[in-house]
Amino acid sequence: MSIGEPFSRIDGPIKVTGTARYTADLRAANMLYGVLVTASIPAGKVTGIDKGGAMLEAGVVRVLTHEDMPRARTPIAGPPFAHSFLPLQDDQIRHEGQVVALVLAESLEAAEAGARKVQVRYAPTKATMPVALAWPEIDRAAEPPRNTGYFFLEPEFSKGDAVHNLAKAPKTVATVYSQPSRHHNPMETSAVLALWEGDALTVYDSTQHVFAVQRGLAALFGIPPASVRVISQHTGGAFGVKGLIGAHEALAAQAARIAGRPVRIALSRANMYSFLGYQPRIVQKMGLGADEKGILTGITHDVVNLATVTDDYIEAATEASKALYATPTMWLRQRAERANVAMPTAMRAPGEGPGMWALESAMDELAVDLGMDPLDLRLANYAETDPATGAPWSSKKLRDAYEEGARLFGWRDRPRFPWRDGDWIVGQGMASCLMGTFRFPSRAQVRLRRDGSAVVETGTQDIGTGVLTIFPQIAADVLGIPVSAIEFKMGDTTLPEAGPTYGSSSTMGVGAAVLAAAQDVRNRLARMANLSPAEVCMADGRIGRTGAAESFSVADILERAGESEIVGTGSFDPTKHGAGYSMRTFGAIFVEVGVDPELGLLRLRRAVGSYSVGRIVNPRTARAQLLGGIVWGWGMAAMEQSAFEPSLGRFLSKNLAGVAIPVNADIPSDITVHFVDEVDEKASPIGGKGIGELGATGVAAAVANAVFHATGKRIRDLPITPEKLIA
Amino acid sequence: MDSFAYGRASGIEDALAEGSGPNTVFLAGGTELLNWLRLGIAKPERVIDLTQLTGLAEIARLPGGGLRIGALARLNDVALNDDVARGYPVLSQAILKSASAQLRNLATIGGNPFQKTRCGYFRAEEALPCNKRNPGSGCSALNGINDRHAIFGWNESCVATQPSDPATALVALDAIFVTVHREGERRIEATDFHILPGDTPHIENALRHGELIVGIELPAAAPHSAYLKLRERESYEYAVVSAAVALDLEGERISRARIALGSVALKPWRLTEAEHSLVGVSANDNAAIRKIIEGSFGEAKALTHSAYKITLAKNAAVRAVRLAARASP
Repeated sequence: MSIGEPFSRIDGPIKVTGTARYTADLRAANMLYGVLVTASIPAGKVTGIDKGGAMLEAGVVRVLTHEDMPRARTPIAGPPFAHSFLPLQDDQIRHEGQVVALVLAESLEAAEAGARKVQVRYAPTKATMPVALAWPEIDRAAEPPRNTGYFFLEPEFSKGDAVHNLAKAPKTVATVYSQPSRHHNPMETSAVLALWEGDALTVYDSTQHVFAVQRGLAALFGIPPASVRVISQHTGGAFGVKGLIGAHEALAAQAARIAGRPVRIALSRANMYSFLGYQPRIVQKMGLGADEKGILTGITHDVVNLATVTDDYIEAATEASKALYATPTMWLRQRAERANVAMPTAMRAPGEGPGMWALESAMDELAVDLGMDPLDLRLANYAETDPATGAPWSSKKLRDAYEEGARLFGWRDRPRFPWRDGDWIVGQGMASCLMGTFRFPSRAQVRLRRDGSAVVETGTQDIGTGVLTIFPQIAADVLGIPVSAIEFKMGDTTLPEAGPTYGSSSTMGVGAAVLAAAQDVRNRLARMANLSPAEVCMADGRIGRTGAAESFSVADILERAGESEIVGTGSFDPTKHGAGYSMRTFGAIFVEVGVDPELGLLRLRRAVGSYSVGRIVNPRTARAQLLGGIVWGWGMAAMEQSAFEPSLGRFLSKNLAGVAIPVNADIPSDITVHFVDEVDEKASPIGGKGIGELGATGVAAAVANAVFHATGKRIRDLPITPEKLIA
Repeated sequence: MDSFAYGRASGIEDALAEGSGPNTVFLAGGTELLNWLRLGIAKPERVIDLTQLTGLAEIARLPGGGLRIGALARLNDVALNDDVARGYPVLSQAILKSASAQLRNLATIGGNPFQKTRCGYFRAEEALPCNKRNPGSGCSALNGINDRHAIFGWNESCVATQPSDPATALVALDAIFVTVHREGERRIEATDFHILPGDTPHIENALRHGELIVGIELPAAAPHSAYLKLRERESYEYAVVSAAVALDLEGERISRARIALGSVALKPWRLTEAEHSLVGVSANDNAAIRKIIEGSFGEAKALTHSAYKITLAKNAAVRAVRLAARASP
C-alpha cells in the first residue's frame, strides 16, 4: 500500500538544487525577449507612441503597439481569458498598468532599455477610483453585478425572511468587516515562451491549466486547438494568478507570429502588480440573529468587492454563510464596486477565504454577547444537511474535527482570561474552516512495462502542491510497484486532458483518473492471466487472486502475450459521482497569539488545525498544504495588503520589498495539523476531497478573535497592524 | 538598467581619483546600489568597485578604548565580532535585525548608512512625483500614503524617513565616520551624517562627491545598550519605528543616556532633551522614564496617517531604556 504513506516529495531535490527548469529558464533558438510597457494613467486613451528612442537602442528589434497587433479572431469574452478585454487591440486605457506596448529585442537588457525609451502620449479622462473605506460609501457605490463570465457562483441567494427574523431576534450582530486588496505574490513571476512552426503554435507556460491556454490561444488566432501545444513542466507557485490566460500569454504568441521568431516574456515583479489579477478589496456587512440560547434564526451577508469598468469579478464570500450553519433563513447578496483598476481574480481561498473572515468574526461577537463558549455556539448551530438546499452531505465530520482539534489545543481547559508572558498578553481564539468542492473532468493513461516499471501520463500541472508525488503514489498502490518505478509525464496538452490545478480539485479529478487507469491496467492483466479482475491484487511485480498463495509475474504474462507493455486508460467525470449530495470540506482552527499592546506587535505562538477532508493520499504533502494555508491565513490576518494609491490610480508598491508577507521567523514550530479519519467516496473514487485552500480559511477570524480575547479590541478591518493595536 | 562603465579601484588613491569623476558611484556590497540601478533611482555612467581594496575590513581596538571598524567589514562580521557583541550590543542587535542573513553577508558597514528611504513613491518602478527622486516634482506622500513616514524633521518638500538600523545604533553610540577625499580626511559625527530635507531632499548626507567612508570609530564601550525594532513581521523587514539606547549606570541610577530613534525622520533622531533629564533617574523607575521621554516629543509632528508612530516611538524608547538597563556587560 503506498496510498496513505508520507512519501517525501519526489520533486524536492530538483527544486531545492535549482535544477528544475521553469519557463523563464527556457530558451529557444533565435528567441526574442519581450518587455512590456504599461500605462501610467488609469483612464483615457493613447494618442501617440514614439518608438524612435527605443529603436535606437542596440538589440531592439521591434516595438509593437495597438496599431501593429492582429485583431482577435474570436471576441475575447470571459474565461479562459482572465479579463474580457485584451490589451493592444485598441487605444483605450482601462486601468493603470495596462499594457500599451511590447518591446522585442535580442537580449533582456536591450528589451528593458528599449521599454524605458518608448514615449507614450495620453489623453487622460476622469478615472473612477475606489471610494473611501466606509460602509455607507461602499453601499452607495455598489452595483448589481453584470455577468461577463466572471461569476463563478450565483451572486444572490435567499431562504425564508432573514431580514424579518433578524429584526425580531433577541440577540443580533450587525457589523462590517473589511479587507484590502492583496496579491498572490508567487515566488515565480509569470513567464511564457511562444514559438510558431507554420500555423502550429507551441507555448511553454507558467500556468495552472495548459488546456485552457490551448483553447484560448486557438480561439484568438482562429486555428484548431490541435494546432496549439502548451507545455508547463513546473509552475513556481500560482495561488490563482495563473489560473486564467493573462495578457502576456496572448501577446507573446501574437508577437512571435508577427516577428517570425520565438518570443519569451518573463514578467517583472512590477508587472505582476500591474495587469494580472489579485484578490480585490472586499467589504462585508454581516447580520446574525439568534435566540437566547444562541440558536441562529437568520443570517444576512451583504458583500461588495472591487471590480473593473469592463468586467465584474465577483468574490463569492457569501458561500460561507450559505453552507456553514443550520439557519432557517438567509439573505445573501454580492455586488460590485466598479473602478478603473486591474481585473481581480480568484486567490487562495476565493469566496470562503474572505467570507469566513466575516462570518467567523461575527459568530465570535455573538458568542461574547451570549456569554457562550464560541465552540459551543458553533456546535449548537451545526448543519446536519446543507442549510441552503437541504441536501445531504457527501461526507462531513466537522463535529469530530471540532472535538479532536479542541482536545489537541486544550481548548476546553483554556484559561478564561488572557494572561501575561513578560510584555506579551496572550489570548486564544478559534474559528471554523470551510471550502467549496470543485471537481473537473480528467483523463489519464498508465502503461505498465514488462520490466515492472510504469509510466503515468496526464496533462495536469505542477504548481508546487505535491502532485508529482501523490499521482505516482496512487498508481503504485494499484500496481503493487514502488513509487520509484513510476515515471510521471504531465504538463503537456499532447497528454490525456486533465482539469485545471485550482479549486483544490486535482486529487479528486486527476487522482481518480490515474486510479482508474491503473485499475484498467490491472484488469487487463488479470484477464491475460485468466483471473477475475474483481478478485485480484498486485504486489512486487506479480498479480494474483486476493488472499491466494499463487501469483503470476507481470513479466511472464507480458512475455507470453508478446507485449512490451499494457496500456490502461481512466477518467473522472464529476457528473457520475455524488449526484444529489452537497460537497464541502470543513475544519476548525485554534490559535494562540501574543499581543504587545504598547509596541503594537502581534505574533502567532501556536495553532491547531483540525480538518474533515476525506481520505489523505499522502500525510506529509497534505500537512504541507494545510500548514501553508495556515501561514497564508496568518499573512491575511497580520500583514498583507496591497496599498492602492487613489490619486495615482495604482498600487503604490509594485515590489515585494513594499508588501509584507510572512517569513519563516513569523511561523512558530508549534503548529499541529490534524485530519479526521474519513473517506468520502461520493466526491471521488479516491475517497478524498480538496485540501489546497481549506487551511487558509478561518485563520484571520481565529486570530482576530484571539486578539479580542487578549486585548478586548475587536478589529474588523484587516490586516491587524500596529496602528490598530495601539489605538 | 542602463549600461555603465565598471572599474575596480586598485588602492585608495585610485578610488578617490576615479570616484571624483562626473556621475560616478562607488560599489561596496552593492546590495542597495543594485536596487537603485534596477529602479532607475541612480543612473551612473561609471561604477567604481571598492571590494578589492585591502586593509579596510578590519575591526581593531583603539588605544584608550573604543573600536575602529573598517568600512568594508561585512555587516554580519561586525555584528558577530566579540568586541562589538560584548561592548556594543546595540550595534550588534541593530545589524542582526536588519535585512536578511544573505544580504548581511554581502553588505558593508560603511555602505549601509547610504541606503535610501523606503518611501513607496520614491522607490516606484517608474518615476512618480517625488522631490527626492526628481527635485521639484513635488511630494506625493505629503497627502498620500504616509503611515510609515516621518514624525520629526519633515517639511512639505519631503516626509520620508531614513531606514538604516545600524546608522541608528551608530548615532546612539556617538560614532565617528572617518572619511577620505581628494581634498583631505575628515571625521564626521554619525549624527551629522544624514541631513534633513530642507529645500533639497535629494541631498541626503554630508559627504562631498567622491568622498569615501574608510572607517567608523566607536568611543568607549556601551555594554548597557539595546536596540528595539518594531515591525509587523519578525524578520527581513524595515522598521515602523526603532529605538537605540545606550546607558551609563551607577548602580541603578542613569549617569548618561543616549537615545536615537530610527525610521522617524530623514536621520536617526536623538532625544537630547530626554537624555539630559534621565541623568540621575533610577533605571527601574518606569513611570519617571516614561514621563521624561513623553516630554521630549515636543518637536514631533504627525502627518495625515503617521500619528500612531508618535505613540509607538514613545513606547519604543521607554521599552528600549529598560532593555538597555537590563543588558549585562
